[in-house]
Amino acid sequence: MTTIDRVLGAGIERIDGPAKVRGSAPYAFEQDPGEPITHLALVQSTINRGRITRLDPSAAEATPGVLAVLTPANAPRLSGELTADLPVLQSLDVHYQGQVVAAVVAETSEIARAAVGGVRVEYAAEEPDVTLRADRPDLYAPAQVMAGFATDSVIGDVDGALSTAAVTVDATYETPAQHNNPIEMHTSMARWDGDSLTLWDANQGPHTIQRDLMTAFGLTAGQVRVISPYVGGGFGSKAFAHPHQILAAMAARVVGRTVVLELTRQQMFSLVGHRTPTIQRVRLGADSEGRLTAISHEVVEHTARIAEFAEQTATATRVMYAAPHRRTTHRLARLDVPPPTIMRAPGETPGMFALESAMDELAHTLGIDPVELRIRNEPPRDPERDVPWSSRSLVECLRTGAERFGWAGRDLRPGVRTDGRWLVGTGVAAATYPSRRRKADCRISVDGRGRYLVEIDGSDIGTGTWTALTQIAADALHVGLGEVELRIGDSRLPFAGGAGGSTGLASWGSAVVLTARQLRARLESLGGQPPPDGLTVDGGVPGPSPHAEQYSMHSFGAHFVEVRVDADTGEVRVPRATSVYAAGTIANATTARSQFLGGFCMGLSMALHEESLQDEHFGHFVNHDLAGYHIATNADVGEIDISWLDEEDPWVNELGLKGIGEIGIVGAAAAVANGYWHATGRRIRDLPLTPDKFFR
Amino acid sequence: MDTEITLRVDGAAHPLTVDTRTTLLDALRERLRNTSPKKGCDHGQCGACTVLLDGRRVNSCLVLAVTVGDAEVTTSNGLATDGQPHPLHRSFVRRDAFQCGYCTPGQICSAAGVLEEARAGWPSAVTADLTAAVELTDTEIRERMSGNLCRCAAYAHIVPAVADVAAAEGVRR
Ligand code: FES
Ligand code: FES
Repeated sequence: MTTIDRVLGAGIERIDGPAKVRGSAPYAFEQDPGEPITHLALVQSTINRGRITRLDPSAAEATPGVLAVLTPANAPRLSGELTADLPVLQSLDVHYQGQVVAAVVAETSEIARAAVGGVRVEYAAEEPDVTLRADRPDLYAPAQVMAGFATDSVIGDVDGALSTAAVTVDATYETPAQHNNPIEMHTSMARWDGDSLTLWDANQGPHTIQRDLMTAFGLTAGQVRVISPYVGGGFGSKAFAHPHQILAAMAARVVGRTVVLELTRQQMFSLVGHRTPTIQRVRLGADSEGRLTAISHEVVEHTARIAEFAEQTATATRVMYAAPHRRTTHRLARLDVPPPTIMRAPGETPGMFALESAMDELAHTLGIDPVELRIRNEPPRDPERDVPWSSRSLVECLRTGAERFGWAGRDLRPGVRTDGRWLVGTGVAAATYPSRRRKADCRISVDGRGRYLVEIDGSDIGTGTWTALTQIAADALHVGLGEVELRIGDSRLPFAGGAGGSTGLASWGSAVVLTARQLRARLESLGGQPPPDGLTVDGGVPGPSPHAEQYSMHSFGAHFVEVRVDADTGEVRVPRATSVYAAGTIANATTARSQFLGGFCMGLSMALHEESLQDEHFGHFVNHDLAGYHIATNADVGEIDISWLDEEDPWVNELGLKGIGEIGIVGAAAAVANGYWHATGRRIRDLPLTPDKFFR
Repeated sequence: MDTEITLRVDGAAHPLTVDTRTTLLDALRERLRNTSPKKGCDHGQCGACTVLLDGRRVNSCLVLAVTVGDAEVTTSNGLATDGQPHPLHRSFVRRDAFQCGYCTPGQICSAAGVLEEARAGWPSAVTADLTAAVELTDTEIRERMSGNLCRCAAYAHIVPAVADVAAAEGVRR
């Protein structure tokens, strides 16, 4: 076997790049099902809560080209084990506006869409309850919050410490509901062959979708295949099954043809989840030197009446800063809203907006530089679990970022710098995200000529997996990139969890490394040469790192931004930013930079624009398209300096790789809001920083 | 109502039957199965469906197929000549100007349109001197590319990807 240079870490161009730029990489709908495709269009409830009293599909059924109209009266029965919004068309009850109440299958998309208007539905509507308030009497504590975190954490005597603190901050921050809005709309194309189902689908993990389809239709793993080699973004909304996957399969079964369901952009505001709005009260107590004595972070958020989704919003506060007295709590209101879901760094993203804004307020109260305040409160060990860090480089990120940005000598005073009609300021905030490894299986084969095939059901939703995992495999196998063929994105491949929680490459990469080691050992025992008919080895990782109990494992980062606010119009601009990260091993310098950049810019977008507005009476999301729900566009993004520290972490996983999909967004909105305050002297505690807020 | 049309796409003529309600985007994606242009909203709000119509960029979801006539439709795939990638294809890969890639064919068609508009001297909202030749500065590129949303937010890489080609083609110093 020849020795070659490691390709891990190198900024290798995306393997899937040439196909993607031409548009020839096949996303869900773009694959060939082997027969003509029929189209499914949806009829959605116009009320938030109540019951269907009459449903007349006859006009739609009579439309030439319509193949079937599925309604609660005739839709195939699904397993009673399905929960939340997945038992689609199984009852006449309506739980949220936009719920699917009927579906039309037709020969063409035009006919299906038009026939939707021929389905008449009448309802007995009840008054919906959709407004989140911190003083609702029905707030409750869930048994636990997402990702298995405890609902509350209480250490010491927070109230006592706050009452005796030299300096305190007590402020309430709000983040609105937000929608993931990947640019590829959620799409499922289903075909049955006898009792076997194939679904070409846009998702973040085929095995996850396969599991719910097996449940829905009472099928075995061998009967359901989910294929998703290329996915047009997800950011969480494509992590779990939603009603559309089940509907596509159901309709295909009814008409006996291949059916595609491409959700519309509008439908994505009710049918594939959203980030819950949050109301967060943060109280900080500190001595006169800025050393924290107490931290309290109390979160109120919503979930759906039909599903509990408890976002882990205050969990970052459990790891960020040292303080002897600390408390975090989560309380939920069950409302008549569609089920919320995960959206890029669920928990950390809204939670760190609050904590990092409060730290900025504390720095101002004390007259201490906000970078210095954070450094003074650096915890030597995990402050709540009381275990050492596997590695933690927050202070270095802050120092390096300050240096690169030109932070030194910053005037602490807010609202004193102008450039023409622009008010100018700078802001800082820290970032953190947990590092986890999940179960993943892997199979590696070598043929008689020394060509390697690596199979694992990983996903590339834009994350660079096609490239980075090939690099990892090539290094682990001690061969060149060109000798490795990777297969991902298919539930027939060995099991792996989906792309989410920044666990993807940490888990899949570890599985590939361990399997490759086994294969190399076998090859060595055979004298270094593959047998003429090849060799296959199955391996993987069983789950979390064996060191996860002994160490606290997190990546960290720091954002610095310049913010300009137009004193006449309230327009907010962010002409430059510096972000520095410490996330262990970086597998591909090119795709990693894009991950960090994309995360940061989504945080910028959250700060400036993103807000799903709910109508208090009718309950629906009013601005339910990309004209009404603004996301950052090219002209919003200025000069962004992204870098990372060399960080070695022997404990997190086989590669020392901490995961980078989410950390970029964490804290970014706080940095912008802090810069806004420094520019204007106005503290905006409710996102987004729309121009009207400058004048209230 | 169905009607027979011929669409000229990427240099080839395709006779096909469309509904009079069929958009150019759906004619390409659903009827011809040319899926280089993408659908991100179907409402002219995202730019993923951008193609060139006789060299000018349009949102193909806002064009009815029956109105295209004999105009030449060019998709990102069609920008390649003789199997060779277009300079924008190369620069987008080199600059890693995308992540998921779903907005990318639209970004590239849009960028091709921008280069042509600059050569033709068309000003944008940020052009200071309306009489001088247009130079595709970073600010100009950001403005002119802002009709193409990228949720992966590769914007800071899209700008240099377009700038590289603009410089090579003489519309940027
Ligand atoms: S699909 Fe045409 S602009 Fe979005
Ligand atoms: S690359 Fe994913 S939307 Fe632009």
